[in-house]
Amino acid sequence: MVSLSWYLILAAFVFSCGLYGALARRNAIAVLMSIELMLNAVNINLVAFWRYSENAATRLDGQVFALFVIAVAAAEAAVGLALIISIYRNRKTVDLDKLDLLKG
Amino acid sequence: MEILQQLFPLPPIPTLQQAVFIPMALFTAFCALMVVGARNLFHNALALVGTLFGVAGIYALLEAEFLAVSQILVYVGAISTLITFAIMLTRGMMYGATSQVNKQAGTAVIITSLFFLVLAGLVSGAPWPTFGVELGSGEQIIANLGKLFVTTYLIPFELLALLLLVSLAGAILLARDRR
Repeated sequence: MVSLSWYLILAAFVFSCGLYGALARRNAIAVLMSIELMLNAVNINLVAFWRYSENAATRLDGQVFALFVIAVAAAEAAVGLALIISIYRNRKTVDLDKLDLLKG
Repeated sequence: MEILQQLFPLPPIPTLQQAVFIPMALFTAFCALMVVGARNLFHNALALVGTLFGVAGIYALLEAEFLAVSQILVYVGAISTLITFAIMLTRGMMYGATSQVNKQAGTAVIITSLFFLVLAGLVSGAPWPTFGVELGSGEQIIANLGKLFVTTYLIPFELLALLLLVSLAGAILLARDRR
């Protein structure tokens, strides 16, 4: 049978991919996509822990948490993409290396 | 015959759950790699759609069907469309020979791979349960989920609605055309 650790390792791998993308990509939209990857990895963890808990049929807190994460991720993606579009309109670029107005 | 079986032992035949989980997990992991590794930004977006479908399949395998459908509706239906539109509206970096990773990409690879190895090692060491408890019917699960949303988690639910309203109104305000 599929042990819980398989799901956790898959979630850890997806999280590591998202972490690398958030650290290393230059395009702001690519960073946002990596953040979505990290949120999905967390959701896999939550749902896997719910499924393998003892009274999974009555205590659905893992699924509720995952649904909240999905909804908050949708809100955050909308605001983030609106910000990126606004930045592109003002600065004509979404390259994070060139957006250094706050640099000392 | 037995000597043959001792010399060449058969690999353990995977159970049905394992045989379904392993291709789905490999597909999800491959698409996650393509999100951060592919050259073209559109390929990254398509790989993100693939990852989200893979994660929805994982939810379905974990018997969270409502969550799987919600994932497809919200993530693939709405967020991926948003991302594709944003890529279309900000086409600055798709051409040219500029690199797609910044100066700290090498360090990031080392650190994230170490992070993954530490996590995987920690997770493999603990004695996790190998099979889930028997769930009831799917309708009962969804009914319990709905009851949870209006009894125990009522206030977070209403706050979530407020958050969605405020964030979407703010997003429209930020991204509208100011002419």
